[in-house]
Amino acid sequence: MNNLLSLKSRLVILLILFMSPVLAMAETLDTGDTAWILTSTALVLFMTLPGLALFYGGLVRSKNVLSVLMQCFVIACVVSILWVVYGYSLSFAEGNSFVGGLGNLFLGEVTRASMSGTLPETVFVMFQMTFAIITPALIVGGFAERMKFSAMLLFSIIWVTLVYFPICHMVWGGGWLAEKGLLDFAGGTVVHITAGVAAIVAALVMGNRNGFPTTPMMPHNMTMTVTGAGMLWVGWFGFNAGSAVAANGDAGMAMLVTHISAACGAFTWAVMEWLRYGKPSALGTVTGMVAGLGTITPASGFVGPMGALVIGISAGVICFIATGFIKRKLKIDDSLDVFPVHGVGGMLGTFMAGIFAASSLGGVGYAEGVTMGSQLGVQVIGIVFTFAWTAVVTFIILKVVNAIIGLRVSDEDETQGLDITEHDERGYII
Amino acid sequence: MKLITAIIKPFKLDDVRESLSDIGVQGITVTEVKGFGRQKGHTELYRGAEYVVDFLPKVKLEVAVASDMADKVIEAIRSAANTGKIGDGKIFVSPVESVIRIRTGETDAEAL
Repeated sequence: MNNLLSLKSRLVILLILFMSPVLAMAETLDTGDTAWILTSTALVLFMTLPGLALFYGGLVRSKNVLSVLMQCFVIACVVSILWVVYGYSLSFAEGNSFVGGLGNLFLGEVTRASMSGTLPETVFVMFQMTFAIITPALIVGGFAERMKFSAMLLFSIIWVTLVYFPICHMVWGGGWLAEKGLLDFAGGTVVHITAGVAAIVAALVMGNRNGFPTTPMMPHNMTMTVTGAGMLWVGWFGFNAGSAVAANGDAGMAMLVTHISAACGAFTWAVMEWLRYGKPSALGTVTGMVAGLGTITPASGFVGPMGALVIGISAGVICFIATGFIKRKLKIDDSLDVFPVHGVGGMLGTFMAGIFAASSLGGVGYAEGVTMGSQLGVQVIGIVFTFAWTAVVTFIILKVVNAIIGLRVSDEDETQGLDITEHDERGYII
Repeated sequence: MKLITAIIKPFKLDDVRESLSDIGVQGITVTEVKGFGRQKGHTELYRGAEYVVDFLPKVKLEVAVASDMADKVIEAIRSAANTGKIGDGKIFVSPVESVIRIRTGETDAEAL
């Protein structure tokens, strides 16, 4: 039982923390845990700045490179402010089954002495903040190269408020999905399904980029993209192994399975391209890496190395097929393929976490009285709910923002490029 | 006098420059250009999306020489730039009315 508690440390610690503050205060600070989560926090922020920013920046055309870098940077700034003002409270303060309360506005209850498990609460606040930052930044890939900067900002502010903070509370902050026993170690539902679904909804509501899919819209700097992808791989160790919220065996195993899945996803995608198109590409390889990483994320605290091999390879195959299907067959301009990689990967990983958590398959085993079937039932509920909530709320937010300030730049501005029209700058003066 | 303009494969530039030096050509002008001929373009594939790239990178050489040198220059370029594969390029020869050296004001043969 002790083992199980530590394996689900995040959920359990939070439950204890909010149900019984006196008990939580009694936990003593562990310097090893604290040091690792401080490190992980830096790694996860590094994923967004500059990892994701470079990854996305290289994939757009040169006239829009700054707009994408700028969107990632400004989202990081604004979400940080929101997190302090009310985001942490809505995510982790005591509340109802769907959203946290307002008891910790402006981090009013967070002091040097307050604890979250074996960490200073300040460290937990920062660690979780970096997750809140990267999620809306991932969505940028769905509406890249055509959204007004002002609309992007307003959308992101409302989106984290109505989608990210509540889902985070439901899954990690003691909400109903946590109580149901949903296995989502590091954000398959909270981060990847929400970002992926929001991105494709944004692409559908805003419409395709002018000229898609007949005009070539090639990545302008693959070197930038591969560099950013490398940073994402490294940063993901903080994302998943940090989600153990401790420096222990769970963190070690999470790092191991994360790495295995990234390697399998990348290599599998390259092989798929080799078989189908005759040549393996750098872009395909790094895309497979992201798919492998996104897919292992929800499962990373529950599965073993064998599970990670299967999860990584499945990510490489299924996300590869999904990418072609959505862009080529459905002709939906989810410009940087956020949904097929993160959304599909998040769903796949959340489902497979329910399978490979089985101790017979090298996982940590299920809670008492839970079978693989019942766990998978819970996983499916988590996936379907997160998908539906995100899709509906994102759709409404986009319609509201469109009514207030309009979502898209003019056709003329889109042709000229957002760097000049939105920021009066150019990415390259050569 | 003749102006010889050659479009060649970029990786052949050094060979062509050397063989032109060998026959005593005093100066050339080089420009990086793009275009297509019988070779046409090529396709690039990004996440399974195929893009046709119509224009391939080439190098354009311009050499102004006395008329009696023209055949030697043409032969030097042709033999140095030839790979035997499609896309080796073309050589255009046109008459030049006059040449002026800016520094000294010398004209025609003396200016070459």
